[in-house]
Amino acid sequence: MAQPLVKKDDDRDDEADYSPFMGIEKGAVLQEARVFNDPQLDARRCSQVITKLLYLLNQGETFTKVEATEVFFAVTKLFQSRDLGLRRMVYLIIKELSPSADEVIIVTSSLMKDMNSKTDMYRANAIRVLCRITDGTLLTQIERYLKQAIVDKNPVVASAALVSGIHLLQTNPEIVKRWSNEVQEAVQSRAALVQFHALALLHQIRQNDRLAVSKLVTSLTRGNVRSPLAQCLLIRYTSQVIRESGNNTQSADRPFYDFLESCLRHKSEMVIFEAARAITELNGVTSRELTPAITVLQLFLSSSKPVLRFAAVRTLNKVAMTHPMAVTNCNIDMESLISDQNRSIATLAITTLLKTGNESSVDRLMKQITNFMSDIADEFKIVVVEAIRSLCLKFPLKFRSLMNFLSNILREEGGFEYKKAIVDSIVILIRDIPDAKESGLLHLCEFIEDCEFTYLSTQILHFLGVEGPKTSDPSKYIRYIYNRVHLENATVRASAVSTLAMFGAAVDELKPRIFVLLRRCLFDSDDEVRDRATLYLNTLGGDGAVVETDKDVKEFLFGSFDIPLVNLETSLKNYEPSEEAFDINSVPREVKSQPLAEKKAPGKKPTGLGAPPSGPPSTADAYERLLLSVPEFANFGKLFKSSEPLELTEAETEYAVTVVKHIFDRHVVFQYNCTNTIPEQLLEDVIVIVDASEAEEFSEVFSKPLRSLPYDSPGQTFVAYEKPEGLPTAGKFSNVLKFIVKEVDPTTGEAEDDGVEDEYQLEDLEVVTADYILKVGVSNFRSAWESMGPDCERVDEYGLGPRESLAEAVNTVINLLGMQPCEGTEVVPPNSRSHTCLLSGVFIGNVKVLVRLSFGLDGPKDVAMKLAVRSEDETVSDTIHEIVASG
Amino acid sequence: MSTETCPSVRNILLLDSDGKRVAVKYFTEDWPTNSAKENFEKVVFTKTQKTNARTEAEIAMFENNIVVYKFVQDLHFFVTGGDNENELILATVLQAFFDSVGLLLRGNVDKKEALENLDLILLCIDEIVDGGIVLETDPNVIAGKVASNSIDSGAPLSEQTLSQALATAREHLARSLLK
Repeated sequence: MAQPLVKKDDDRDDEADYSPFMGIEKGAVLQEARVFNDPQLDARRCSQVITKLLYLLNQGETFTKVEATEVFFAVTKLFQSRDLGLRRMVYLIIKELSPSADEVIIVTSSLMKDMNSKTDMYRANAIRVLCRITDGTLLTQIERYLKQAIVDKNPVVASAALVSGIHLLQTNPEIVKRWSNEVQEAVQSRAALVQFHALALLHQIRQNDRLAVSKLVTSLTRGNVRSPLAQCLLIRYTSQVIRESGNNTQSADRPFYDFLESCLRHKSEMVIFEAARAITELNGVTSRELTPAITVLQLFLSSSKPVLRFAAVRTLNKVAMTHPMAVTNCNIDMESLISDQNRSIATLAITTLLKTGNESSVDRLMKQITNFMSDIADEFKIVVVEAIRSLCLKFPLKFRSLMNFLSNILREEGGFEYKKAIVDSIVILIRDIPDAKESGLLHLCEFIEDCEFTYLSTQILHFLGVEGPKTSDPSKYIRYIYNRVHLENATVRASAVSTLAMFGAAVDELKPRIFVLLRRCLFDSDDEVRDRATLYLNTLGGDGAVVETDKDVKEFLFGSFDIPLVNLETSLKNYEPSEEAFDINSVPREVKSQPLAEKKAPGKKPTGLGAPPSGPPSTADAYERLLLSVPEFANFGKLFKSSEPLELTEAETEYAVTVVKHIFDRHVVFQYNCTNTIPEQLLEDVIVIVDASEAEEFSEVFSKPLRSLPYDSPGQTFVAYEKPEGLPTAGKFSNVLKFIVKEVDPTTGEAEDDGVEDEYQLEDLEVVTADYILKVGVSNFRSAWESMGPDCERVDEYGLGPRESLAEAVNTVINLLGMQPCEGTEVVPPNSRSHTCLLSGVFIGNVKVLVRLSFGLDGPKDVAMKLAVRSEDETVSDTIHEIVASG
Repeated sequence: MSTETCPSVRNILLLDSDGKRVAVKYFTEDWPTNSAKENFEKVVFTKTQKTNARTEAEIAMFENNIVVYKFVQDLHFFVTGGDNENELILATVLQAFFDSVGLLLRGNVDKKEALENLDLILLCIDEIVDGGIVLETDPNVIAGKVASNSIDSGAPLSEQTLSQALATAREHLARSLLK
């Protein structure tokens, strides 16, 4: 130990916790602050009073508005003193008091005087204070001084101005942006910190201009950045440029990689680490690129500094998630870290090893983990739990010791997120490892006996209802479930009732006993619980009424709820109480297509992950309303699906036309969206002449022309076709736009009376089978797949030939089928050689379809695919195969 | 906070050996109320007090925060950053804080001395981080900036230029280091 500890006892005896602020009281200090008004200022005394005020604020004391204003006005008097130390304290307390706008005016002139003082210390601090408390109007007055300060030869002054600029950019961007010439000059400063601050500000000014950022990075990576902090910034900006250039071709050398790599040899550890971390976070990083970064991180692992070890192990832990092989070299160093005094480092080491370890080391690792689980924070426990879950899936034979571990920690104290992570893990293990089912379910049952989290209890109860009846002895779960009806809150009681009903429906022997229990629930104090009990008694036939068919009951209790909740919510909100009951079948099933249209522009980052898609409000609704406005379509029935708009013209032609295909049970309606892009023209009687000679099964029934199409205000014309009922009829249509052109006088905007008939050739359009499939997701693909059963399953293999990449092949097939990818399987991890993609949808005629696609790379570029389809109708399964075979 | 942004510090804490505040400064709105702040300090203090952070700076994570810390005598120094922050930058800030307080208190770094010179400690924090952005990391420069006005008020300070002030401070510091 470097310094001997002061013995606690001495401390008590000698000074009895002596503090200069002992017994300090707000009222008294505010009284004392009157010395600020003395005509003969005592600088030392005033400084002490300010320190006391700051002490009070620091201890969490608050001043009332009146008190704060009084102190502030008194403090302004202190500008009369020329004492440097007092002035510094004055600056500090002004910042702490954060005066209101009308108060700021009082000190503005004093601060502006200080800004132009000969004393650099005054200048730097006055700038920081003024910028902290000022608003936009004042800023224009002092802008000139700030610009000068940025290029001041004194680094303290320059830094003060630059840092203030960074803060002001948030509130007054347009003013700060005007300083970019000065800031650019400051980037070249010889003072390290000035360079750092200037670079930060310059980047923030230009951050929306990708080209400018790219230029900045290009010039600075060649030059000589002096400050390690500035170098760290440069590394961050460089990775941003790399990410946005989106150059994913693995063959060519990544731009700027050499720069990052060279930073690994920097003399400052801060920079080395920043560069190593940046390399590990590169998109689709290759193992060749990773190696040098891993090497320096490995060196850090055996550093004497805990911070360095922590930083390194945390980064390696992240790498192990995607590139476990790259990290295995560090395993020996990592194992020695398990006994690290710092528990965070030990946890990270353990979880890294869990990701990279092999089957034989599992038991040893588990022993080590158990020892320190109790003294680490919840967020680390979650990390450990997740690591154990994936380990268990990797080595299913080891489930016994891993499941034991999970159940042990489930009994210990912990917050919601932690418990949820454990429960989720057990649920996943039960689902994926059949042998683990019975013991896992019992662990969960024990847990809900004493579970304080309603959410987890209901989740587990539902899960018990699904899995419990399938076990060898379902009756042993009933006790646990019925206990909930006695002991829990209404929400849990209600779900316990549902779970009981699920057992009753699935296991005939248990039915009479379940009825007894359900009848007892009829006297519950809560409406929901009673309603559910009544409903289930009724559906299961417990009240002697006519029993619904077994299949219906099971469908009702176990069937997956395939209507998107968002849609249901909207529909329920729109529903107005009337004679007519709410019809759940009228809820649109189409999953709102997410704004994924940015695929083509990978650089365009969404503004934020949580940003609501504020685009057009629900196109499906809009289409439905639009179609309803045409009386001829009223008898077509319910709209099944509307396609995405398809372009029938090249971009930037005279007339822009897109088409939307609306599918009904017996009809197809083409909605042509037309835009006139010529200001000198007015189009009238616009209609699309459709030639359906290559679509024999379609017959035109109706077309609705557009009366007038002025410049730049889009309009629609419709053509409707009849087709065989409920069948996925395909066909090809060629289109010609016909209209009457009238010249428009650009000055008056009036059209001439006479027009000329004209035609405009549009591209062909096709109705394909995919148009008859709705994108409808399922929440749990596996259970949906199993409940569908293999009766109508069709499996076949296809060679897709040479493809650009696996991801491209997966995307093509998804688009071809027009189905909803489930569980995020549309994303292909970089560098993988095989991939499974799960799709779900509803075929016209309301037939559910599930598709399991297994892709594999066969040779360098050739992609092979196995397609398994399950549906409620074998012709539909066959149709899916036809789509792929012909696609 | 995204990594593209400037390295930033969420708070600087100086607590005593009972976890009570000596001086704290929060730079973000992550802890809006005083009780939220005290809560955070309590968690950080209790989880770190048993560790040995006297020779080398230690590090820990709390929720979405990385905390680096170092103890001397009955004083506990903490610097907090976001969970995406470069740990070594935070450690540099901590070291700057730790060393400049050491210089300013002339090696007598304990709670009593810190409270008696609380003005210096507060100015010191003010010179290290401004609104979350690292302002200076060189302890000598920081102490020089703070000390420039704490020199015995007997000296005619009023019209001193910075270079003079710094010279005096340096002399002062040199003397204190030789003690």
